[in-house]
Amino acid sequence: MKLDSNIPSGPLAQKWDKHKFEMKLVNPANKRKFDVIVVGSGLAGASAAATMAELGYRVKCFCFQDSPRRAHSIAAQGGINAAKNYANDGDSIYRLFYDTIKGGDFRSREANVYRLAQVSVNIIDQCVAQGVPFAREYGGLLTNRSFGGAQVSRTFYARGQTGQQLLLGAYQALCRQIGHGNVKMYPRTEMLELVVVDGQAKGIIARDLVTGEISAHAGDAVVLATGGYGNVFYLSTNAKGCNVTATWRAYKKGAAFANPCYTQIHPTCIPVSGDHQSKLTLMSESLRNDGRVWAPKKKGDTRPANQIPEDERDYLLERKYPSFGNLAPRDISSRAAKEVCDEGRGVGPGGLGVYLDFADAIKRLSLETVKERYGNLFEMYEKITGEDAYQTPMRIYPAVHYTMGGTWVDYNLMSSLPGLFVIGEANFSDHGANRLGASALMQGLADGYFILPYTIGNYFASQKPAKANVSHPEFKKALEDAGALTKRLLSINGKRSVTSFHRELGKLMWEKCGMARSTESLKEALARIPELRSEFWKNVKVTGETGSLNQDLEAAGRVADFLEFAELLCLDALTREESCGGHFRVEHQYPDGEAKRDDEHFAFVSAWEYQGPGKPPVLNKEPLTYEEVHMSTRSYK
Amino acid sequence: MNLTLKVWRQKDAKSPGRMVEYQAANIIPDMSFLEMLDVVNEGLIARGEEPIAFDSDCREGICGTCSLVINGIAHGGQRGTTACQLHMRHFQDGQTITIEPWRAKSFPVLKDLVTDRGAFDRIIQAGGFVSVNTGGTPDANALPVAKVDSDRAMDAAACIGCGACVAACKNASAMLFVSAKVSHLALLPQGKVERNQRVLNMVQQMDAEGFGNCTVTGSCEAVCPKEISLDFIARLNREYGKALLKGATGHKETV
Ligand SMILES: Cc1cc2nc3c(=O)[nH]c(=O)nc-3n(C[C@H](O)[C@H](O)[C@H](O)COP(=O)(O)OP(=O)(O)OC[C@H]3O[C@@H](n4cnc5c(N)ncnc54)[C@H](O)[C@@H]3O)c2cc1C
Ligand code: FES
Repeated sequence: MKLDSNIPSGPLAQKWDKHKFEMKLVNPANKRKFDVIVVGSGLAGASAAATMAELGYRVKCFCFQDSPRRAHSIAAQGGINAAKNYANDGDSIYRLFYDTIKGGDFRSREANVYRLAQVSVNIIDQCVAQGVPFAREYGGLLTNRSFGGAQVSRTFYARGQTGQQLLLGAYQALCRQIGHGNVKMYPRTEMLELVVVDGQAKGIIARDLVTGEISAHAGDAVVLATGGYGNVFYLSTNAKGCNVTATWRAYKKGAAFANPCYTQIHPTCIPVSGDHQSKLTLMSESLRNDGRVWAPKKKGDTRPANQIPEDERDYLLERKYPSFGNLAPRDISSRAAKEVCDEGRGVGPGGLGVYLDFADAIKRLSLETVKERYGNLFEMYEKITGEDAYQTPMRIYPAVHYTMGGTWVDYNLMSSLPGLFVIGEANFSDHGANRLGASALMQGLADGYFILPYTIGNYFASQKPAKANVSHPEFKKALEDAGALTKRLLSINGKRSVTSFHRELGKLMWEKCGMARSTESLKEALARIPELRSEFWKNVKVTGETGSLNQDLEAAGRVADFLEFAELLCLDALTREESCGGHFRVEHQYPDGEAKRDDEHFAFVSAWEYQGPGKPPVLNKEPLTYEEVHMSTRSYK
Repeated sequence: MNLTLKVWRQKDAKSPGRMVEYQAANIIPDMSFLEMLDVVNEGLIARGEEPIAFDSDCREGICGTCSLVINGIAHGGQRGTTACQLHMRHFQDGQTITIEPWRAKSFPVLKDLVTDRGAFDRIIQAGGFVSVNTGGTPDANALPVAKVDSDRAMDAAACIGCGACVAACKNASAMLFVSAKVSHLALLPQGKVERNQRVLNMVQQMDAEGFGNCTVTGSCEAVCPKEISLDFIARLNREYGKALLKGATGHKETV
């Protein structure tokens, strides 16, 4: 496979403008002739579908929830970055670009990240115009907070519900286009297959989750905006329905999958309380603006937090990373928490937790101010744990949260399969080996509002609106395949539930391929996953029938894909013989436990290419060259 | 804990439904209500029976997907809490719990506890937006917005569109939902331009969907997981009245 990133030539700061000028345009009357299929209605999908419809394309949009407003983006709490420099603290496009490259541990593409920082400012303007109620100062202007990995305040927020408000903005823009008849929306509909005709993506096969009907949809391009694959770990902060199905099935049709081992573990989540747990809950990173992370200095100290005197507390992040303190990036903070728990200094049940303490903030700012800033998060904590975090410090522990890896895309956000575009968390492009807080919302909206609508036009301009026909043999075959897969799942009638497989896979992944990975642990996982998969196909029990609403069947299809995908993730982790960002290989660390990156051998994107069932995938390498920034060792000390 | 559940089971939209009794054994107080249902469903699957269908996604109280009437109260009666954030520590060992879907003509049952809330989407499609295209917008700070207005708009915008307000109302009225969106946008300068047309279009769609009238009993506010205030309904009525007086600016926005 030839991977061409299609990065425009010229100076970094001018690449996007130059590219926009050089891209071919589709004239307004012709836009109506092109059909675009958008799978996903989160920030990326909804913004893309709405914008393309505004431009005149005919759009079909799919999501598995009952309404596009419920996409997982809704759950984002903390905020969205933009290089507005409203705080007058020295921010700039270049600084946001640099922070993101550095935060990503020098494993992302310079040109993509620069463009992201450039359009970040337009996003805030767009959202405000839509009526997104961002937090404001008394003077009426927008206010900012700080997030991890940055020394400036550039994060815009709407209480603790930023994702909700941004998504509602995009959803309303989408609804407006649905109302005008420019977008046809398919809620409760799940994409099962990508259809490729003569080497180009030309449509999808989807199942109506209410009637069970499987149908074919043809278009001139397919856009996947299907989110991340964090649920391969079963327990994560992602919504229950998040899955890898769309991008995985596209991979099996020829779209390379990049950097699957770059997964992000978020440092501040509510610790696991028992085996019954169905998901983990994030406590927004914004809390680290005012909360202080600490653990007892003594091992096995079981005294209640308020009885541990000041000099017996270890404020671990402030100690280890004095210049960033509690705002050290996520990968670094997570490992620091794991380290103290491994030393036996963890708190709470099982010793898997550290404190996030607001006592000082309450003293400094008043209880009222802390309530105003974080009230809803404290409430959520109280609901889940039954504890009042204004009185006793929160207990937190790292949990799987975000996936930097995803479908490989070029500068135009097109995958290695022509006509297939991938945006938002589903692609791999901008965050390298670690994403900074408040940058996923930025990327999703950048892709959907301001990048894809241009680049897809360039693709169409070189195509004829040759309406692929659903009666084409490729569509028929894909329809049959999708139908056969559902039938097969229902016919096994074994003894174990879908969830029991998912849970076992997740536990394996967390233990062998989680916060710390070794050759040994990865080899164990790589031996166990195929066994588990083959047991699944012999012994899973899926109840009900295909011709109606069947949540057991939906879950089974997703878990079947996770069972395949997990193997690629571990293989990628094994192949990447270095530590970088969220990928920590125990063999590759400095004596003080910091990650040891190997730029000489691993400054590349791993893009995996499917070779057929049972055959090992081929690793393609896209070299990462840095023209503008110097690849330094990341230090937050 | 051991509990007895009485759960609404209904094969599909066309079939009649009925209450069926199940035992929920060995429930841990730290479980969420939905995790308790997960346990019951695992038991059903083990016996080869179809699990109870219910909607959920985020399981942290923000997506608005979960939608259960628990012991006769939408979301179970804990103030400001969705069913997914309700924890079993609020129930007693040995208790009998009834679980039903949202019941409203405009939210038909699709299966068991799953309903079709598409009517809400159609109300937003009728006008619940600001008509701006992507691009060409002024700088975000070009127009200051008083903090009180922006905070109040946020109070309204916090609605998660779950539909508990409709389920709780004896008239199955959607006024709280509609008033939240109308207020959110009318409070902000960006939404003021279209305020008259918006409220007329949204109310018209609301009526077309068959939602009932509001008789201000306040049961919607009581169950709302985001504690959206009844005051917004008063604001909706004012907005609607003003719009009727001023008249529409042309029936629908044209593209
Ligand atoms: C708890 C939490 C808090 C977060 N907080 C922040 C934050 O403060 N700031 C920040 O920048 N980022 C945050 N993030 C990350 C950020 O929210 C996500 O990365 C981002 O919203 C993903 O958006 P998306 O549009 O790519 O995908 P999603 O919002 O996940 O949307 C995926 C869409 O695809 C659809 N879909 C998926 N598969 C299929 C299929 N097979 N068929 C049909 N449809 C399908 C779904 O229905 C959905 O509509 C947070 C994440 C979590 C989990
Ligand atoms: S599942 Fe999202 S609000 Fe309950």
